[in-house]
Amino acid sequence: MYLAIDTSTGTGVALVSANGEIRASRVLTDTRRHVEVVGTFIQEVLAETGTTAAQISAVAAGMGPGPFTGLRIGIAAARAFGQGANIPVIPLVSHDALALEWYENGGTGELLVTTDARRRELYWSRYSGLDAAGIPVREAGPALARPEDLDIAETERLGTAGTAPHRVDAVGIPAGSLGILAQRVRAAGRPGAEDEALYLRPPDIAAQGPRKRVS
Amino acid sequence: MNRENPLVLGIESSCDETGIGIVRGRTLLSNTIASSMDEHARYGGVVPEVAARAHLEAMGPSIEAAMAEAGVTFDELDAIAVTSGPGLSGALMVGVGAAKALALATNKPFYAVNHLVGHVGADILDTRGEPFDYPTIALLVSGGHTSLLLVRDLVGDVELLGETIDDAAGEAFDKVARILGLPYPGGPQIDRAAEGGNPAAIRFPRGLSLPKDMAEHRYDFSFSGLKTAVARWVERAEDAGEEIPVADVAASFREAVVDVLVTKAINACRDLGVPRLLLGGGVVANARLREVATERAAAAGVALRIPPFSLCTDNGAMIAALAAQLIMAGKQPSSLGVAADSTLPVTEIQVAELTEG
Ligand SMILES: [Zn+2]
Repeated sequence: MYLAIDTSTGTGVALVSANGEIRASRVLTDTRRHVEVVGTFIQEVLAETGTTAAQISAVAAGMGPGPFTGLRIGIAAARAFGQGANIPVIPLVSHDALALEWYENGGTGELLVTTDARRRELYWSRYSGLDAAGIPVREAGPALARPEDLDIAETERLGTAGTAPHRVDAVGIPAGSLGILAQRVRAAGRPGAEDEALYLRPPDIAAQGPRKRVS
Repeated sequence: MNRENPLVLGIESSCDETGIGIVRGRTLLSNTIASSMDEHARYGGVVPEVAARAHLEAMGPSIEAAMAEAGVTFDELDAIAVTSGPGLSGALMVGVGAAKALALATNKPFYAVNHLVGHVGADILDTRGEPFDYPTIALLVSGGHTSLLLVRDLVGDVELLGETIDDAAGEAFDKVARILGLPYPGGPQIDRAAEGGNPAAIRFPRGLSLPKDMAEHRYDFSFSGLKTAVARWVERAEDAGEEIPVADVAASFREAVVDVLVTKAINACRDLGVPRLLLGGGVVANARLREVATERAAAAGVALRIPPFSLCTDNGAMIAALAAQLIMAGKQPSSLGVAADSTLPVTEIQVAELTEG
């Protein structure tokens, strides 16, 4: 069994069997309540399927891209679960789960996925299809852009003859697909993504200026 | 669950220290701390986003190091505890998320506890003499908080007598260090700069200490006016082309902070007839604070306890110790649905205790 956890947009938790079937899943699109629901969701998918932690063989962690605070909660939870259960954590690019879901549902050709990055920006990734192992082939991204800049870049890339890719502006990451992806990555002996949170933005900090006078 | 002498792992991530502590009942087995302080130095204070990112990276390795040092397995643990507030919310959330998942992965009860009450609980782990009886007054001073508490019962009755209405005392040290051109963190820098300085050279204001303030804010603190007074004094001297007597300014500033902290704490002991004072928080590292507190407590007939520095700064051991006390007192675990609460009041010693059964 694979436990999948993603808090890069809302909160998604799922259990996927060793042969890649979704057994239980929970989704909340609210982008402010990750820390409240992540534990309960894990507890619920375990209880619903009568699964114990000892029966989980790996944890799939959605590494983003995602805005700061929420993203970290799922990664922290996935790593801690892996540590406590003494099982590996498979870091994955969250957008890959969106692509997997779309192609599995019959989508073909190029796919552009976006998620909200706040501050009037988008996270985006572009895919060409699934490979022989059933894993999405990411041609570009994940990256951060203003919506108008992404449109301009896509128009330039395609030129006059190209067909625009199908576009999915997602509000949530399907944790079930993330779990399936983990199962396929593992079956194919692939390493997964970098084990690093994909904030794609430096932290908000103002370097100290000179001391201001008070008088 | 072993309620006699529970083995508890505590996670603390409310500010810039990722702390993992492991205790068995009243015995400390590990107090592992990873600090992101160096990363904040060039910004002159804790940057919440930098702290939160550092927590995420330090959490796993710190848990592993603490488990190894304590020589225990997850299987042997009786509970997982975590700070759920008060503190920086983005930082707290990393610890809360990790603690919930760790509790589920190991099938152990989960306890969400109060950071400030944890500071009081640290005294339990101090092996030098018997821990305090209750009631006790506790003065908790750090870069994030300045609070005066009346603790009647560690697991059942904690009252906030007063707290800072603006800057925390540690923050004032950082800001004044900056005025004097000294690096962050300011506490140890001011301490060093004050060496050989005359603490009576400049009479800086004691915040909320005038009779009119004492009516409404008898146990509250304010350090913003003091910081401004130091800045004004330095600017006037600079404008006049005088050389700044850094040692005197540092010593006089420090004296003003220490004076007001200790005066209000001893007042509380006297007013409430509580002959015990416990210090906690990172500012306890300040030698002058310890000195003045020791003198005035002795003069007032008040017993003073100051845990070792490693237990005064933010740490996971105090969180584990508090949770162990809650468990020994028969408290049920917390709900897995608890949030991080950046302004959690001290009256909430444990958050979201489940009803029995
Ligand atoms: Zn603290």
